[in-house]
Amino acid sequence: MSSYDIDSPPPRRRAWTGVERALAAVGLSGKALVIAAPAIWLTVFFLVPLAVVFGISLTLKQFGRPPYTPLLTTEEGTVQLTLHLNNYIRLFTDSLYVAAYLNSIKIALISTIIALLIGYPMAYAIARAPERWRNILLMLVILPFWTSFLLRVYALTGFMRGNGVINQVLAVFGIEPLVMMQTDFAVYVGIVYTYLPFMILPLYTNLVKLDGALLEASADLGARPARTFLSITLPLSMPGIIAGSMLVFIPAIGEFVIPSLLGGPSTLMIGRVLWDEFFANTNWPRAAAVAIAMLVAVVVPVMLLQKAQDAVQDSGRTR
Amino acid sequence: MAKKPQLAIDTRPWRDPAAKPFVRIRNVTKKFGDVHAVHDVSLDIYKSELFCLLGGSGSGKSTLLRMLAGFEEPTAGTIEIDGQDMTHVAPYNRPVNMMFQSYALFPHMNVEQNIAYGLKRDHLPKGEIADRVAELLSLVKLSDYGKRKPHQLSGGQRQRVALARALAKRPKLLLLDEPLGALDKKLREETQFELVKIQETLGVTFIVVTHDQEEAMSLATRIGVMNQGEIAMIGEPTDIYEFPNSRFVAGFIGSVNMAEGVVIEDEPDHVRIRSAELGCDIYVDHGVDCAPDQILWWAVRPEKIHLSREAPDNPHDANVTRGLVEEISYLGDMSVYQVLLDSGKRLRVTQTNTVRGNPDSITWDEPVYCTWGGNAGSVLTV
Repeated sequence: MSSYDIDSPPPRRRAWTGVERALAAVGLSGKALVIAAPAIWLTVFFLVPLAVVFGISLTLKQFGRPPYTPLLTTEEGTVQLTLHLNNYIRLFTDSLYVAAYLNSIKIALISTIIALLIGYPMAYAIARAPERWRNILLMLVILPFWTSFLLRVYALTGFMRGNGVINQVLAVFGIEPLVMMQTDFAVYVGIVYTYLPFMILPLYTNLVKLDGALLEASADLGARPARTFLSITLPLSMPGIIAGSMLVFIPAIGEFVIPSLLGGPSTLMIGRVLWDEFFANTNWPRAAAVAIAMLVAVVVPVMLLQKAQDAVQDSGRTR
Repeated sequence: MAKKPQLAIDTRPWRDPAAKPFVRIRNVTKKFGDVHAVHDVSLDIYKSELFCLLGGSGSGKSTLLRMLAGFEEPTAGTIEIDGQDMTHVAPYNRPVNMMFQSYALFPHMNVEQNIAYGLKRDHLPKGEIADRVAELLSLVKLSDYGKRKPHQLSGGQRQRVALARALAKRPKLLLLDEPLGALDKKLREETQFELVKIQETLGVTFIVVTHDQEEAMSLATRIGVMNQGEIAMIGEPTDIYEFPNSRFVAGFIGSVNMAEGVVIEDEPDHVRIRSAELGCDIYVDHGVDCAPDQILWWAVRPEKIHLSREAPDNPHDANVTRGLVEEISYLGDMSVYQVLLDSGKRLRVTQTNTVRGNPDSITWDEPVYCTWGGNAGSVLTV
């Protein structure tokens, strides 16, 4: 029987019908509300704080509460807006900041490349493993997240310190203890270790979709396995490589905990500079300027990567 | 089984015992765990043949093809191509190319790059690759589409790119896995003829896997019918259709009426089979390898039976049975009658509609006689 029978009762009123009508009366549709929810969330918790930080970055440090000069002052009935660009100028003139930015980018970039080199074979192996094994292997990749991030980084010191596990093992073989803590090496180990799952997961989701027939077709046309990998697998996994790299690179650039726990005084990273400005120097305006500059420094390369990813996906669309 | 008379000039190599096969499959078995996907298959395929492996799903036809391509290694047996043992040779070292069921076109490469892929692996000079690609594009009538990506092509165009790519290296042997499976009916019929034409022009040996018996009949020089990992019958399309060697083959290809019977007369020049199922004797006008009182089966195609209102001549007192027209499907070129015999069995009979809008044609609920010739059916022992 068709549901459009003339004799059938009219559709039941749903609980929301009344709400919908009331909203429609004020000119709101359900669709607008659905979009409004995340929009309001982003405005309150992202755009407004960002604007506040940006505002603070245009003031000067002062003693008192709040520890910065007001943006707006009222004097004899006129409202005056004072914008100081000193903080931004200092970022470029003081070599400390430039060096910190460049070093952050360098450390993030190298960590991303190392994570890719380790993560790609792992993701590939998981994607090619028998189906019943895949979820277990993925589970093992995600498992470290069940422990606190801070705890895991701290545990690394137990391995790398002077009389730590690694050096004790080396001592058994009569090898001199290595200095690992308070070096860039320790920072790389920390970043690669903690962010590796972010590299593996997008690579895995990409590689698992790779059509095995394409690899067979390549072999059939005379390509040895290495050639097949370079010509077929690698280009087709580009979206996964880009996504994974972004997920590692972006947080790594502003990383604070890892360099402060594992790195030495020479490991200059922008996250630490920001912390020092804010808490040690209580220079809120300078810290705000550092944060804004970091945002810009990250957003630009990310936008470029995003664009590359769109291009790759567009050209590689299969169906 | 009846043998057809030999043609005076026969160019078919499989009929020449001295001919050397091009592909020689010897006792090949493939096991996946405990399951025999292919069981002890031996098969010879000759140069320039268009051989069809026909079977239902799980019959092992695709596994056999994948072993020829090198994607699967036989558990036992040998595969020889052009006189060389290829059983354990990697796919990239075989003089064989394959057209995949899903086409498996590289999505990140355009049509030209797809076709050139195999040629680049042979390190041919650039100019030669470009010439060969252009030649292939015109062969499959896609000259204007060289710069398109696979996702910008229709199903039929993709199928032709896949064919061009598989032909690019001028393989000695081309394997085609359900080549027309993804196309709609009309396009499939057009492409079938094109495929045969290309195969004849290039003289490449084709092995085609298909589950579509019509496709196999119209494409193939010979058909290998596969059932549960074994070859049930190898033969030319007419052999397979008219002279099936078993009940399985008779039932798998086309539609068939099958009746059980007992041999009551076994002479060198004729056989008489008594069939309670048909309600009459079956007179076969040639000798059959059987014994008196043996139970066997007789299979006849629907178009080999004739319907009439009046009782026909019956010199042997056989091959005539009575029934009632129960159902008619009018298909335009012919009509399919379902006749309920007095014995309770239903026969399927087709009659060609040679007279336009015939008002005198046999219709529903009419009592009819079904007759057939002494050579109309196949006597089957298995």
